[in-house]
Amino acid sequence: MSAVPTSEGKVILSALIKAIQDNKQYLSDIDGLIGDGDHGVNMNKGFTLCGEELGEKPVDLSEGLKTLYMILMTKIGGSMGPLYGMFFKAMSKACKGKETVDAVTFGEMLIQAKEKVMDISGAQLGDKTLLDCLIPAEEAYQSALDAGKSFAECLTAMSTAAEKGRDSTKNLIAKVGRSSRLGERSRGVLDAGATSCCLILQTFATTLQEQMK
Amino acid sequence: MQKIINKPNEVVDEMVEGFVKAHAGLISKTDNPRVLKYKAAPIEGKVGIVTGGGSGHKPAFIGYIGKNMVDAVAVGEIFSSPPAQMFYDAFKAADSGKGVACLYGNYAGDNMNVKMAIEMADDDDIAVKTVVANDDVPSAPGDQLNKRRGVAGEILMWKVGGAKAAMGANLDEVIAAAQKAINNTRSMGIGLSPCAIPEVGHPNFKIEEGKMEVGIGHHGEPGLDVCALETAAQIAQRIADIILPDLPFNSGDDVAVLISGLGATPPMELYILFNDVEKILTDKGINIHIAYVGNYFTSLEMAGVTLTLMKLDDELKACMDYECDCMGLTQFGRN
Repeated sequence: MSAVPTSEGKVILSALIKAIQDNKQYLSDIDGLIGDGDHGVNMNKGFTLCGEELGEKPVDLSEGLKTLYMILMTKIGGSMGPLYGMFFKAMSKACKGKETVDAVTFGEMLIQAKEKVMDISGAQLGDKTLLDCLIPAEEAYQSALDAGKSFAECLTAMSTAAEKGRDSTKNLIAKVGRSSRLGERSRGVLDAGATSCCLILQTFATTLQEQMK
Repeated sequence: MQKIINKPNEVVDEMVEGFVKAHAGLISKTDNPRVLKYKAAPIEGKVGIVTGGGSGHKPAFIGYIGKNMVDAVAVGEIFSSPPAQMFYDAFKAADSGKGVACLYGNYAGDNMNVKMAIEMADDDDIAVKTVVANDDVPSAPGDQLNKRRGVAGEILMWKVGGAKAAMGANLDEVIAAAQKAINNTRSMGIGLSPCAIPEVGHPNFKIEEGKMEVGIGHHGEPGLDVCALETAAQIAQRIADIILPDLPFNSGDDVAVLISGLGATPPMELYILFNDVEKILTDKGINIHIAYVGNYFTSLEMAGVTLTLMKLDDELKACMDYECDCMGLTQFGRN
């Protein structure tokens, strides 16, 4: 099977929520090195609220992502509320009305997410933000897709690039956001947003791949 | 971490509840539990003044809700911008049809959330214009003013914007006055000990005993330098040497002075510092028109201080002298 029914949204949302909950402390610890140490706390709050809102019922993927972005945009502030709010809003919109998520649809979800995050943040590749994970991950996915790879292979390519992108933030100097005030002192530490973005993209990849089996 | 709290993840909600109960004559709740407004807002015929930001800065931001000051405030988590929805709900709570001046500080999260909130308000035909405070001198060089953070100078911006709106100015006039206020304002902080976000549970930066962080930000952002703790007179001189040439403030200027503790520094020490600041300004022929000394804009339990100066012209003086009544700053009219 090379597509996942959107009716399986619950499985994907639950995996995303669990991934953030499991990494709450890790994300806060990374953020604490050059930020104020609340990235995991805020992400966990938003994703946990989403889990409570969704409850046990099955949910369509687009609807589930909508619940998530509405909570991020209305209840979670900081920078991550708008950034991930726009990220999941774009993803939700790109799979709205689809029966299944296939390789092309997921590629569209990634492109839209990337563009919306770039638009709201005004950040570029190399600014030490979540875009340093998202941009190369999206590009690797599209290259694999253009090369005729399967959905599962495209997701693997995305995961690998996401991880590389996340790790690339270690040697970058922050250009936007709170840590940008640190200049040279921001070098040597992973960006918390890129770290959570990698976690989210890899969770999408593994969950979709499992659903395809 | 020794704190008088209940649940670390509910400190903001419980603080808001307590604040509303304590200042029931001044403050009203709104439909959004994280948006508070002046009891009389929206005031017929007056431009609404809105601000918002992360919590942990008491009396900022909600302490400046009141008469001839801020009409509505969006209350974020500790040190974290309120979401767009809260800013939008604050716009609605403040708008009487004359538009809203959203006067806030230059932080990435606030910038994004305000931007999204303005788009939401546009659908409702609420006119919203912004002034973004950037008074913190050490946070970026003088050729990158748009990168500087907003700190205690925000209070003077609200005072001017609030007074201007109360005098009957239209939205563009309020925005112009508030922008002039912040353009004429320079601040700098000194940190002596760190602070801890309750839910994080430990400070995420250190200041060694006997040291001070020169140019520290309102959330513990590192400053220009870490050096041995100095006397009040030396600290006053050190700050003056950085902020006076930055505007610059010159002999013959009239200024407003604001010294705010960062939370754990006793007010006594703030007056000792003010005494030294006054000497420096007087020596330079700079005239103190009005002064505020106290805990006006704190950073949880951080020890330290910010010094803020605003150069005044006739319009700014009239606004600073104007009567106001809020928890953080109450004064009778001075003219």
